[in-house]
Amino acid sequence: MEVAIVKYNAGNIYSVVCALRRLGIDPVVSDSPEVLSRADKVLFPGVGEASSAMAYLREHGLDRVIVNLTQPVLAICIGMQLLCSHSEEGNVDCLGVFDTPVRRFVPQERGLKVPHMGWNTLRNLQGPLFSGIDEGSYVYFVHSYYAPVSADCVAVCDYINPFCAAMNKNNFYATQFHVEKSGTVGVHILENFLAL
Amino acid sequence: MLAKRIIPCLDVKEGMTVKGTRFVNFREAGDPVELGEYYSRQGADELVYLDITASHEGRHTFTDLVKRIAARIDIPFTVGGGIHSLADVDRLLNAGADKVSLNSSALKNPQIIEEVAKNFGSQICVIAIDANFEDGKWICYLNGGRIPTRRTLFEWAAEAADRGAGEILFTSIAHDGTHGGYACDTLRELHRRLPIPIIASGGAGTMEHFKEVFSVGEADAALAAGVFHFGEITVPELKQYLSGEGIPIRI
Repeated sequence: MEVAIVKYNAGNIYSVVCALRRLGIDPVVSDSPEVLSRADKVLFPGVGEASSAMAYLREHGLDRVIVNLTQPVLAICIGMQLLCSHSEEGNVDCLGVFDTPVRRFVPQERGLKVPHMGWNTLRNLQGPLFSGIDEGSYVYFVHSYYAPVSADCVAVCDYINPFCAAMNKNNFYATQFHVEKSGTVGVHILENFLAL
Repeated sequence: MLAKRIIPCLDVKEGMTVKGTRFVNFREAGDPVELGEYYSRQGADELVYLDITASHEGRHTFTDLVKRIAARIDIPFTVGGGIHSLADVDRLLNAGADKVSLNSSALKNPQIIEEVAKNFGSQICVIAIDANFEDGKWICYLNGGRIPTRRTLFEWAAEAADRGAGEILFTSIAHDGTHGGYACDTLRELHRRLPIPIIASGGAGTMEHFKEVFSVGEADAALAAGVFHFGEITVPELKQYLSGEGIPIRI
């Protein structure tokens, strides 16, 4: 199986490479439309800022390439937010796979801090990504922006308000949490994606 | 519900863990990768690796070590020690670290916090503060608690948060190594004043101390070294205990 990781200006792709290697897969990291289009699976991970990431994707023609992918795609963290319609981070229009705008967390009460950082629980799990994963499983989050719960939501997390921990539409799968940093639960979800 | 985090801290010198351990089952008890993997399997929520090597060559040893850690460990880890420039941060993040911890370099040059936050994001920027309570004030110290500064804890922590720090790792110098409990009142004050997560460090000796630091100290995470390395407390028994006491914990 050929697995490609989208190469762009967002950090922490190495952790995803390592997670795949632990599963015996040596991914190719590429910004080539040909390589991305012919891979069996594509991962779109990253840690970064939405408007500068979108500017880079447009400049390199990757915006069209990503939305036209037909194989299973797994977007992680900022990757998921970039698949949404718009982000309040840098007030930028995003790729629009999911018809959901990304908002900034506004702390409602003392003690709830931004960024939302650490291990939190999943609920309302749906679809093949969460096959064999228990409700209430802990996964690792680090983010200050969130996608509100919508029709494409396949896992919910609660912090300040309920938000999409994972989304799915057609061949596009996405997690706000870091599957590559979520211990054995994360490994299981990654295996579920690779088995699609 | 967001879980309170348990974070074992490993001191590394010339690529090996420094503090002795009671673990006898390792092929190499001093291997930081193997020890980190052990803690990860035990249920640690994050790891902190502190490089206490002084030499230039040692830095490269540490970077190679970070790559080996990233290849093996599937929970987040922070690296600290000897980080003075954006280039240092870039090198360690590229090697696979999830966060970097700055201490003396940020006290000497606070501007670096803004630069790190702007280039890599606040979430990767941990500001570590070593402070000691003297004459009614919490004085911040440089160089691993050896050189006092004119800065005080609450003022410096607030400034670091304003400049873009993602977390504060506060160590009470007087509590560190005593096994007598964390500086809970001060931690609670920090928590109430700051909009970012607080990691408590210094003083863990019993499981009750961890309960106190989360309930009384309102800390978001608790870091400890000796109690874990010497096997006085194991991560699974600690997490079972805390969960039973009503603290939100990832089991």
